[in-house]
Amino acid sequence: MVHSLQVFVIAAFVGVWEGLGQLGILDKFFYSRPSLIVPRIWGWLAEGYTPTSIYRDIEVTLIETVLGFVIGTLLGVAIGYAFARNRVLGQAFDPLLSMFNAIPRLVLAPVFILAFGIDLASKVALGVTLVFFIVFFATFTAVRDVDQTLVDNVRVLGARRRDVTFQVLLPAAFSAIVASLRTSAGFAFAGAVVAEYIGSSVGVGRRIANSEAFFDSTGVFGGIVVIAALALALDAFLQVVEGWFSRWKPRLER
Amino acid sequence: MTQAIELTGVSKTYRPPRKKPYLAITDIDLAIGSGQFVSVVGPSGCGKSTLLSLVSGLLPASSGTVTLNGSPVTNVRTDVGFIFQRDALLPWKTVRENVRLPLEFRGVPRSAADQRVNEWVHRVGLAQFGENYPHELSGGMRKRAQLAQVMVGDPATLLMDEPFSALDVQTRNLMENELLGAWGAAGKTVLFITHDLEEAIALSDEIVVMTAGPGRIKARYPVGLPRPRNVTEVRFEPEFVALYERAWADLRDEVTRSYERSLRIS
Repeated sequence: MVHSLQVFVIAAFVGVWEGLGQLGILDKFFYSRPSLIVPRIWGWLAEGYTPTSIYRDIEVTLIETVLGFVIGTLLGVAIGYAFARNRVLGQAFDPLLSMFNAIPRLVLAPVFILAFGIDLASKVALGVTLVFFIVFFATFTAVRDVDQTLVDNVRVLGARRRDVTFQVLLPAAFSAIVASLRTSAGFAFAGAVVAEYIGSSVGVGRRIANSEAFFDSTGVFGGIVVIAALALALDAFLQVVEGWFSRWKPRLER
Repeated sequence: MTQAIELTGVSKTYRPPRKKPYLAITDIDLAIGSGQFVSVVGPSGCGKSTLLSLVSGLLPASSGTVTLNGSPVTNVRTDVGFIFQRDALLPWKTVRENVRLPLEFRGVPRSAADQRVNEWVHRVGLAQFGENYPHELSGGMRKRAQLAQVMVGDPATLLMDEPFSALDVQTRNLMENELLGAWGAAGKTVLFITHDLEEAIALSDEIVVMTAGPGRIKARYPVGLPRPRNVTEVRFEPEFVALYERAWADLRDEVTRSYERSLRIS
């Protein structure tokens, strides 16, 4: 029942878009039409793998996403953990971090492109700045607020410093990271696409920018649909990962 | 008789950041013989739990000396078993993984560890729940898992901080009887904290009544009731009732004082 309703809503949306386009109410020049977009995407997919194909674009965008996510997460965990464990360090850097966090990170994209060039590095750098803060705050709060009873208990049970870190503090941080996984991976993806759009030679974001340059709204919307599909697939995959790592949690907290 | 736990002239002042320091316990002289079951009762906020933190070395004493199993307590002691009032199992580990922790920390080989883990998971009646996570268990089962986790390391001394206070009366009585059974068989020293005088008398060889904070020792009562005891039935013995009345007279004054003080503060 719910499923058929959902399908109906999507079908109605596409139908209205197409209808308004056919009637000329929505200008084809700006908004294209589903009946033009679908064959376009199909054409891209039928092209086969070449250095300028959609497959290559998707590959590059995903590599940038994964690198941005992994590097941002590692930095976030390391620095979040250090700041939570060292009060002075945390207090010293607090204003600087708050300042950086207050900057809408997407405006950094031109800076990174100037600094790191139009290749992979600038896309990854933007993803890293987006992912870092999410993971940093999640780790910092999780480690700082870890239940002292858990720490006391393992210490009396014979845990050394290293054991406390690996058995209590990092698992607590890990669960916070898993909880923020979908947000941070989503940001890494957005960072990659936006940086590609602003300046690059390959990637799904580049494809949209190219189409835009030729006033090709069908190409722009085709790129948007590809991005939406990738984002949905990524999110579905991460949902499975999150579920796997959250087995120990009560249902309500998942 | 050798002393398992010995506190001499012990006091503890807490110095929380940006708040006034306060004296939790003071002038504590207490010696507990090896194999004894001693309960400490007192009004809330009298520093009962602080005693356990000092004996286990989780907190340093501000003055005086604490000796455990013949050596002075200077840092965290792993020769005690500490049952915390709050849930202390790691939520991301199963019952079996939790119970195995102390053996893992000590580097016991996996197969030997598994055998002891199995034994204790069985003894506390959680054999069916070994692969479950703590949140999937009832409060009583979690306490039993915590007991198994502590007992698997075979500590000579048990420190218990209101371990059963969060349980319903029936579960609580069952657990108390189980504890007495395990204690009687193993000959361990137990320092048991509770606010429940009945529970204290039913379980112990001796009860220690503390004053309202800062906690001092107000009175000590040996409990002569014969063992083995059943905690549910022993409450009707005339000796139990007589002891209860005497100790309650002491405790009541302190509880009243503590309550009136809390009203003044708030």
